[in-house]
Amino acid sequence: MPEMLVFYTFSAVAILASAFVIGQRNPMYSVLLLVLSFAAVAGLFIQLDAPFLALALMIVYAGAIMVLFLFVVMLLNAPQEDALTWDRAHPLRHPVVTRFGTVLAVFLIVELGYALMRGNDLAQPIGSRASGEVVSSVRELGRVLFTDYIFAFEATSILILVAMVGAVMLARREGEQS
Amino acid sequence: MVPLSHYLIVSAVLFALGAAGVFLRRNLITILLSIEIMLNAVNLTFVAFGRFAGDVDGQIITFFVMTVAAAEAAVGLALVIALFRHRESLNPDTFTNLKW
Repeated sequence: MPEMLVFYTFSAVAILASAFVIGQRNPMYSVLLLVLSFAAVAGLFIQLDAPFLALALMIVYAGAIMVLFLFVVMLLNAPQEDALTWDRAHPLRHPVVTRFGTVLAVFLIVELGYALMRGNDLAQPIGSRASGEVVSSVRELGRVLFTDYIFAFEATSILILVAMVGAVMLARREGEQS
Repeated sequence: MVPLSHYLIVSAVLFALGAAGVFLRRNLITILLSIEIMLNAVNLTFVAFGRFAGDVDGQIITFFVMTVAAAEAAVGLALVIALFRHRESLNPDTFTNLKW
């Protein structure tokens, strides 16, 4: 099935790129690999009938936020990351604590697997508007965003204003009179 | 159509990778990137659930998550720059004082 093939390709690219983001020593490569990971996830969004979000992800995330990251990486001329040294004396590295954490993690994985196995898997969409018609048109998205979610939308604008002021204040050099 | 569980598994793996990055890396910028990976994994979950529930609410939430992620990246990077000016280091273990 070509559909499954596309899905597995995009998933594999997303997961591998994310793994390399974690494994990379040089933050510059990490940022570029993250762009690749976002591109793969945008492909999955298109497969999920969300083309607007896929484009927004590419333009806003990969295009704007990642460029911001790249600017900071280049601006700071970041030093190579120190090799990971295990501080044995750290209270969180105590053997009892680590074993407890391992048990919790295994428990969580088993629980997640159990939920995925036992739950009814959906191969087809359900719900009132599921029957054939494309619900993800930009028109529908905009209508819902500006009617049902208008308060959240307005709150978001205040959030962005606060973030902008905060970023300017934090990045300002100390002792500089404004 | 690809079943819902496949999307959920991919998203869980991506989220786990992001969480591992936050815990394992010793570089503030990589930690911020790992947070972005986790946010994106959650976005994938929202869109998948929204698609299979047959409405656009999942996409709306994703929209807001992306906005918050943009704000978070701006403030986080400003913090990184401010910290780097003080210590000339990006290792989070060097930032142990609340005030200096």
